[in-house]
Amino acid sequence: MIKYALRRLLSTIPVMWIAVTASFFVLRLAPGGPFDGERPLPPVILKNLAAHYNLDKPLIQQYLLYVGDLLKGDLGPSFSSEDFSVAQQIMIGLPYTFTIGTAAFLLAIIVGVTVGCLGALYQNKTPDYILGSLILIGVVLPNFLIAPILQLIFGIHLAWFPVGGWGDGSLKFLVLPIVVLALPHAGRISRITRGSMIEVMNQNFIRTAKAKGIGPRLTVMRHALKPAMMPVVSYLGPAASYLLTGSLVVESIFGLPGIGRYFVNAALNRDYGMVLGTVIFYMVLIVFLNLLVDIAYAWLDPKVRNR
Amino acid sequence: MNKFTKKFLASAMLGTLLAFSAHAATLNIHNGGDPQSLDPQKLSGDWENRIAGDIFEGLVTEDAKDNPVPGQAESWTISPDGKVYTFKLRDGIKWSDGRPVTAGDFVFAFQRLVDPKNAADYAYLQFTIKNAEKINKGEITDLSQLGVKAIDDKTLEITLENPTPYFLNALMHYTAYPLPKHVVEAKGQDWVKIGNIVTNGPYKPVEWVPGSHVTTVKNDQWYGTKELKIDGAKFFVLEDQEAALKRYRAGEFDILTDFPTDQYEWMKKNLPGQAHVAPFSGLYYYVVNSQKPPFSDKRVRQALSMAINREVIGPQILGTGELPAYSWVPPGTANYGEPAYVSWKDLPYKDKVAEAKKLLADAGFGPDKPLHAVLSYNTNDNHKRIAVAIASMWKPLGVDVELVNAETKVHYDQMQRGQVEIGRAGWLADYNDPDNFLNLLVTGVQMNYGRWSNPEYDKLIKDGNAQTDLTKRAEIFKKAEQLALDESAALPIYYYVSKNVVSPKIEGFVDNIQDIHRTRWLSMKE
Repeated sequence: MIKYALRRLLSTIPVMWIAVTASFFVLRLAPGGPFDGERPLPPVILKNLAAHYNLDKPLIQQYLLYVGDLLKGDLGPSFSSEDFSVAQQIMIGLPYTFTIGTAAFLLAIIVGVTVGCLGALYQNKTPDYILGSLILIGVVLPNFLIAPILQLIFGIHLAWFPVGGWGDGSLKFLVLPIVVLALPHAGRISRITRGSMIEVMNQNFIRTAKAKGIGPRLTVMRHALKPAMMPVVSYLGPAASYLLTGSLVVESIFGLPGIGRYFVNAALNRDYGMVLGTVIFYMVLIVFLNLLVDIAYAWLDPKVRNR
Repeated sequence: MNKFTKKFLASAMLGTLLAFSAHAATLNIHNGGDPQSLDPQKLSGDWENRIAGDIFEGLVTEDAKDNPVPGQAESWTISPDGKVYTFKLRDGIKWSDGRPVTAGDFVFAFQRLVDPKNAADYAYLQFTIKNAEKINKGEITDLSQLGVKAIDDKTLEITLENPTPYFLNALMHYTAYPLPKHVVEAKGQDWVKIGNIVTNGPYKPVEWVPGSHVTTVKNDQWYGTKELKIDGAKFFVLEDQEAALKRYRAGEFDILTDFPTDQYEWMKKNLPGQAHVAPFSGLYYYVVNSQKPPFSDKRVRQALSMAINREVIGPQILGTGELPAYSWVPPGTANYGEPAYVSWKDLPYKDKVAEAKKLLADAGFGPDKPLHAVLSYNTNDNHKRIAVAIASMWKPLGVDVELVNAETKVHYDQMQRGQVEIGRAGWLADYNDPDNFLNLLVTGVQMNYGRWSNPEYDKLIKDGNAQTDLTKRAEIFKKAEQLALDESAALPIYYYVSKNVVSPKIEGFVDNIQDIHRTRWLSMKE
């Protein structure tokens, strides 16, 4: 198993190098620079800024300097936030994003798997239709629409939860963003679980279990759930990376200080250091999460690790 | 006193203390963007200025109406030639760590600002100071040559290149704030981190969560702390205006510094008296590339300008009632009086259109030979709405408009390269003086995106700035403004308005032309 994991890990190094190089040059080719804006700066100031950030050097030299620093673990400075380096900003934002993302991830799995199993057990019956329709709302409605609706109902009219902000990090501040972030994934997980569970429930070994007189709950928990989880697990990798890297929309609407907003803000501001830093961070996270999924897959299905 | 009584009293005292702190007047402000820094020499936005102006104080500062009033300096004198300013610092002024603020701290700050090594974005705002520009360009390397000298700990002398009537206003800007030399030298770049930072304003920062908020509390060392009604402020980062308005409605924010324009009518009905829409020292305008035919023809530019129905843009297209702009300098600008206006300002709109058609026909355009124009703007719903409306206003003239939008960085990059035919621009005053607007049309200035050039105009601006008599200076500037308007150097569209929403429990909030509202002037009703 360790050999398998190491092999998967090593294969990601060239991919990451290509991604860093491509991001570096594509970013520099984009029109507009980090210091362009509504208020143009005088040439003398621009010259000073370019020298300060090594932007006055040839592009290839800038690239080599960047990669050199990267190999030493330095993600460099941010152009739009001078008091914090890129690494410091990511480390500041990570706990917020991680808290919200992990909670949303767990909520999505619990709700999604439960609703999916119930849907499969009551296939084409009233509970299946009701739960299926409810969960479909989460999939169909985008979170930039659901978030303001929940804010209006639960924040302003009922005043049960704060409309936004991190506050002191207590649960009441986090409920709405977690629900909004989890809803679409809960919906998708429930659809995948339901389909997979229906398929598994029609397999011979389940019929045998039923024939032995095992009740439906035990049949599901003991025999059907594990094989039915295979497609769900393959969905969890991308879902986890999406949730843990934060959602731009959710963090923006609820005013949360996570890293989800960094990437787009940095790209719009041509903050080269921050864009590259977040790209690298996302890449490492996605690689790590995909690796975890592969290991989970190999654990669920021994044929995979022997391939 | 037995054990139980002691415990009871201790609990009661703690409870009282907690209850008191729960009622502490903390101002929750929706502040828009994330501050780039708390270092006043690294800032560039109004959202940063809100924080910096609360925690630092310059020689001169703003009152509630944004007029210059003594700050760290208790008084000053100006030499007869208008070039040398001598400031006397207040007695007993201190940094938040208790060390005295000295004239040397101001010298240190100004030298650091213009030192090219520090690459301060806004250093050019103080280029009126003797040798500031030369030092920033690297032509002078000796920082002591800068025209800022400490005569003694309490006396500061600033020498200017030329007499500059708006210099006191420029000293209110954050580029003129002092820095704690002892901390900057000891901590280097980290001097500005929470835990290290030392400030000299009414408040001091105690917490900064990037992407969330900056918290300030009263600075006990400031000379007027006893008069402060607000204990501290929380400046919240939130760029989504719709979400900010919801948080205001839920009582989480006391002040919004902007709001979605399409909510203005709703707010007038549902939050009466809370939305403050007031004239703001800023101009929304279109530049026309006057180096490129047919836009180099004054008649074409004037026709385009005349056909813009400015009266409907503020009330109907934006919905917040921005006033139509027929001058280049917004009314109410200091040191100026009434600005100059375009000669056709008061014509009925249909007469303006008729005249515009005639001018275009004279320039060789009409229904048979439509004028093709590319109108560029940076991506934003309001810019789009205005561009679509203006394109439809130009249509009756036979102008065929192609709309192009681009993100802000790209748009301004293209504008600076002269790659647009007609482009959207806006200008918010850095300091309250007509020069700040008139300078935008001077030949060779970077912000002169339309590349309009007139030697007579350039000379008038130069002469005006050399004039120490404010009345004569205003007369010269007005001549220059009239010249630019007659030539349709650019097309003013509307004057900006500031858009704040202020909770009824806040008192002391005074609308002003630069939209600056320091927490020290505010109070909060229970």
